[in-house]
Amino acid sequence: MNIASKPETARTPARSEEHYVVPSVDITETKDEFVLEADMPGVTKNTLEVLLEGSELTIVGRRPAPKTREYLHRESNPAAFRRSFVLDPMIDAGRVTAQIDNGVLCVRLPKAEEIKPRRISVTD
Amino acid sequence: MRLIRYSRPETWGWTPTEQLSQLREEIDRLFDAPFADISRMGEFFNGWAPPLDLTEDKDNLIATMEIPGLSKEHLDVTVHEGVLSISGERSESKQDENAQAHRRERVYGRFHRSISLPKPVNSDSIKAMYRDGILTVTMPKTEEAKPRQIAVSVG
Repeated sequence: MNIASKPETARTPARSEEHYVVPSVDITETKDEFVLEADMPGVTKNTLEVLLEGSELTIVGRRPAPKTREYLHRESNPAAFRRSFVLDPMIDAGRVTAQIDNGVLCVRLPKAEEIKPRRISVTD
Repeated sequence: MRLIRYSRPETWGWTPTEQLSQLREEIDRLFDAPFADISRMGEFFNGWAPPLDLTEDKDNLIATMEIPGLSKEHLDVTVHEGVLSISGERSESKQDENAQAHRRERVYGRFHRSISLPKPVNSDSIKAMYRDGILTVTMPKTEEAKPRQIAVSVG
């Protein structure tokens, strides 16, 4: 019962085409939903893709091409962010929402209604 | 201070050779200056050292740092005696008490980075902007530090 991060080896074909950076994520679960937060600095709403295919969620964030300035010191990696997750079957794919704010992507993955614990009243 | 290329451990863009040479550089650095560069050393053991870039164009030195999810109030940028210092704090978003964490990879807490500026800058007209999780500090070079075109006269 979880959101599993898909191992990198699962997508070898893409590897040769383009290099990606794996963003750091936090995943929390509450009674009603899973919340996935990912650090994607430099990514905006327009350069972000959140793809849901079956039970697989893929997030891709591109950063603006670095300006052609002279680097005196460089630590950042300009490659796009990409990561895939296998979703728990209890997630209601139709109600997934995503937003990005200050470089942090937040994906809300609500649980399907029938999965939520429900109190059954006992009749005589 | 040695300038080495920093990459996050999970970055898999680098080839094994690059990773090896990088490891060697890191080890070299440990023996080179075990105490001189303590602010960067912290990264090995704990804390948060967001990636910092320094670039230049004709008129400015421009520092950029990737620090997603901060608020402007929690950022502190100073330039003093030719050293740019950036510090800040990222606090965890408020969570439901019953929330259960499945994965916790993002770093929270304080960071502090400083870098010596290779050229003198005009400290009165420095501008800092935080947008999309990236802090950009634009520091105009002093007149003396700017490249100057010298007209050649025919004698």
